[in-house]
This record gives sequence, C-alpha cells and structure tokens, in this order.
Amino acid sequence: MLAMNYRGPRRVRVDHKPYPEILHPGDAIIRVTRSCICGSDLHLYHGMVPDTRVGSTFGHEFIGIVEETGPGVQKLKKGDHVIVPFNIACGTCAFCKQELYGNCHESNPEATAVGGIFGYSHTAGGYDGGQAEYVRVPYADVGPLVIPTGMDPDDAVLLTDVVPTGYQAAEMGGIKEGDTVVIFGAGPVGIMAARCAWLFGAGRVIIIDHVEYRLEFARNYGPCEAYNFRSLEDPVLFLKKETGWLGADVCIDAVGADAAGSALHTITGKKLMIQAGAAIALHWAINSVKKGGIVSIVGVYGPTGNLIPIGNVVNKGITIRANQASVKRLLPRLIKHIQDGYIDPKAMITHRVPLEEVADAYHIFSAKLNNCIKPVLIPPSARN
Amino acid sequence: MENNQSIKYNHIKGWGVDADPRNEPTYPMKRYTGDDHRRLNWERPLQQLEAVEVLHSNERPAISAVFGTTLPPAGLSGAIRRYAFKYSESSFNHWLPLLLADRINVVEGLFDDLKRGYIPNVLAEKGWKSAWKYDRKGVVKKLAMRAAAVSFIVAAWWIMNHKKKRL
Ligand SMILES: NC(=O)c1ccc[n+]([C@@H]2O[C@H](COP(=O)([O-])OP(=O)(O)OC[C@H]3O[C@@H](n4cnc5c(N)ncnc54)[C@H](O)[C@@H]3O)[C@@H](O)[C@H]2O)c1
Ligand SMILES: [Zn+2]
Ligand SMILES: [Zn+2]
Repeated sequence: MLAMNYRGPRRVRVDHKPYPEILHPGDAIIRVTRSCICGSDLHLYHGMVPDTRVGSTFGHEFIGIVEETGPGVQKLKKGDHVIVPFNIACGTCAFCKQELYGNCHESNPEATAVGGIFGYSHTAGGYDGGQAEYVRVPYADVGPLVIPTGMDPDDAVLLTDVVPTGYQAAEMGGIKEGDTVVIFGAGPVGIMAARCAWLFGAGRVIIIDHVEYRLEFARNYGPCEAYNFRSLEDPVLFLKKETGWLGADVCIDAVGADAAGSALHTITGKKLMIQAGAAIALHWAINSVKKGGIVSIVGVYGPTGNLIPIGNVVNKGITIRANQASVKRLLPRLIKHIQDGYIDPKAMITHRVPLEEVADAYHIFSAKLNNCIKPVLIPPSARN
Repeated sequence: MENNQSIKYNHIKGWGVDADPRNEPTYPMKRYTGDDHRRLNWERPLQQLEAVEVLHSNERPAISAVFGTTLPPAGLSGAIRRYAFKYSESSFNHWLPLLLADRINVVEGLFDDLKRGYIPNVLAEKGWKSAWKYDRKGVVKKLAMRAAAVSFIVAAWWIMNHKKKRL
C-alpha cells in the first residue's frame, strides 16, 4: 500500500509499505478515505519532536472505512465509515474513565507524559499514521465513531482533531459572558478557537498572526478582529491598550513550538534546540492576559522545557489550562454544532492533494504558500 | 443568556449556546471518579504481544497494554535510543540523546535507500516543485545565497592556495 514516509527534517515522500496487521484483539484496519496534515505534523516535519524515526508514517487526522476487525471488536463492522479521534485511548484506565481521552495510560509505552497518538513519533507510542491507504486502529471500540448520515466527509475529517482542539481551547479558557478573548495563531486550530469563543459567550474576539491571508480568512470566518504582529511594535503593549490597559480576560496559545517573532526564541528553540521549540506566542499570552486571567494552551511543545515568564504567572495569579484535546468527549456536542450550523469546518479546507504528492503538500502547508489554510490528502483508492 | 446580550450578538450564529457559569478552572475537563486514588489498579485491557523490541519509559513499570510496533530500534541510532531510555522523561539525558539519534537515523536512512539501489530525489522530497510554482522568488533567493556561499568558499580557498605557492 502507499504511505507517507519520513526521511528526515523537511524530507518526506510516498512509498510502498506492507499492509498493516491486526496485532491486538481490539484492533481494526481502516481504509483511509481522507487524511489531513496538521500544524502538529509540522513539528515532526521540522525535526523537533524527539524519537521521530526515519521511515515513520505521519497522520493523526483521518477518516475511513472499516476493512477488518480483530476478534474483540464489537461495535464496529466491516464497511462502517468512521471518524477516528487522533488520541488512542483504552477507555478503561483512570484517565479515560475521567474522560481525559488525550491522556490515556495504556496506549504509549515510550512516554508517560503523553497518550498514544497516531503517526506522531515513538514519543507518542510508535504508531503508523493515516497518511496512507490503510492504518491500524487500536481500541477500535473506544475511539472511532460512525460518521452520522448526511455529514460531509470534509466536516468529518476535521472532527478528528481541529474542531475539538479549537473548541477545547475556548472551553479551557473558562470564557465568561462578555469576555475579551485573544487567540495567538490563525492556523486551523486558532481559527476554530476564535469561532468557538463566541459559542461560549465571548464579548470580543481578537486573533494575532503574521500571515496576512490567514488573518483575512480569520477575520471573516470568526468573525473576529485580526492583527499582524509584524506591524505592531509590541503585541503585548498593543493588547494592553486595546483592553483598557488591564489585559485580555482569556488568552489562547494556538501556535506552539514553531512560533515566529523572536530571534532569541528562534535561535535557542529551533536552531540550537536548547529549549523545546520557540515559545514566544506563549510568552505573549502570559504577558497579555489580565491579573487572575486564564491562559489556555493547545499549542504543542517538546518535552524538555521552554523559556516562559513563569514569574509573571505567579505574580499575576494566572490560571493555566492546557491539554491535548479529548476528542471522544467532545464529538457528540460538536456533531450537533455542525448540524445546527454553528460551525462550518469544511470551509477551512483549501487544498485537496493526492497522497502521492505528499511532499508538496507538506511544503505548501509549512511555508504557508498559495493561501493554504488546511490541506487534505486523498489516497488513490478514495479518488474514484 | 440575557436577552439584550444575545441581541447584540445576533449576527453571530450560536453566540452563547455553550456559555456555562460553572466553567471554572477544573470543570468540565475532568469527570471526577476517584479512580486516580486507586493508582495503577484499573482493570487492564488485554496485553498486546511484544513481538518486537519496544522501549518503555522508566516512569512506568512495564509497557502499555497496546503500543505501536513500527521501526524497532536498530543500528547506531537504536543503541543511542536504548541508552536514552535508561533516564526518566524528566532528564535531559533522555531527550537529547534521542534528538541525536534522530539525526544519525537520517544518515542511516540514506544508506538504507542506497543499499536498496534507490537514489532518493531529495529535491522532490523537500517539495521543491511546489516551492518553484508558488514561491519562485524564495527559491531564487535561496539558490543565490547558496551560490554566494559556495563562491565565497571557493574564492577563499583559491586565495589561500595562491598565497602559499608564492611563499
Ligand atoms: N492540543 C491539541 O490537542 C492539539 C491538536 C492539534 C494541533 N495542536 C497544536 O496547535 C498548534 C496550531 O496548529 P495549526 O494546525 O493551527 O498549525 P499552523 O501551523 O497551521 O498554525 C500556526 C499559526 O501560528 C502562526 N504564528 C507563528 N508564530 C506566531 C506568533 N508568535 N504569534 C501568533 N501567531 C503565530 C503561524 O503563522 C500560523 O498561522 C500547533 O502547535 C499544533 O501542534 C494541538
Ligand atoms: Zn492534528
Ligand atoms: Zn486509557
């Protein structure tokens, strides 16, 4: 079968790989019909996530058709069209029991700090991902959900990660009616967070990025105010002035370890790698929120640690809330929101690329070319 | 939701539908069940057979019930990864060797390709087709910078050599 193949930082291609096998009674094999490239994949693509082995297949945002099920699988059957959450979750550990499906303790031997994730390095369990024709899906009775009738597959594929992550970013913000919410990052996740902030009753939504076409998209899609930090001398000062000098009620980090905007962070985090990526967006978030405010982090960082102004977190009494999205917990509500027309995920898909052209899709998404917001890869078997 | 508020935002579809005054810093991300206090004593899923070498964090007693089996540690990079796993996730001795192993693994990958008689098309792997199509200026700039760097090195080398000969 065809599968994306990581060869090293910024080098990927498509290759033939063996068809995946059922390795556990709870496994299923899914024939992928669509898989997206995520901002999280860019951290892998840029070589920033430790234990990303050459030969890996990435991809944690995919939907498909059940091809084969292990003897223990009861809910899914061959031919079902399913949404597969990006978290691999057992459903029975103490964390899954508390609906923390992004923190499962039975899906990743390599690290205790993060649960299993499809196609996300050995630090997240060493699974192959869905940027392929077929993929092994463990705990098939727990995560995957049959796509509701009538749902557009482009909406379904974004329910595997982007929609729940953007929603949870807003949810973790503990937004109160009338709150001013500032979102750093106008990628798919930040744009979705801006949209969802309104659902929680925000009074004002501001998004910050430096890619003009993305700001423009967010401005209309949110709808929200959108500012380019390159044209602001100091984004924190700007936000203080915009919020009556006290700071935003809630700040959301939807950028993560690839943040631009600070030479110090770029050199120490991305070139020398003495911190786990560049954390300037989080730095800004902490410094732009009001005293007693909430900083919600969904941007992904490496495991070693980052330079952030923790002293200000203490002195301002800030609450930090952060997690990998708990996709399974949020799916029922978000499906309803799509059906009610409150969110329109598919509008974010700008690029539909054959799986064979995976290298170009990665480059376009990483370098923010051709007005790309969200690319989706389509395997040959799903194209006709 | 107060009526006048929702009217103010009625151009925004769904405004306030999920507003929840109970949403304070621990709600509703976690449904408290008390299971944490039982520590590792949940009813475990069936254990997947360990048919390949799987490294496990020393912050847990054994491997998880289910795991990925792709690309078991091999070669020099594999030896470094095994060494890294002697240290906890809290230690730089864990993560920095893993990053080093990742870089060495790239070279191993290149040799693997060549051993199979496959010469990787690195430009294609880097997505230069799309770069050329959508960012021609960027490509030209990059090439020009590289050319400048190469000519600088060649010139420096030539001058040094020339000097030596004259001496
Ligand atoms: N927690 C989760 O469950 C989860 C799930 C999905 C994605 N993520 C993470 O969310 C982040 C965003 O994902 P995405 O798919 O939208 O990625 P993306 O790369 O498309 O978007 C990131 C955006 O941030 C912008 N940016 C860079 N530096 C900035 C700065 N200093 N200030 C403001 N904006 C800046 C970039 O221009 C880009 O538009 C990534 O770190 C990703 O790993 C987390
Ligand atoms: Zn993702
Ligand atoms: Zn679990």
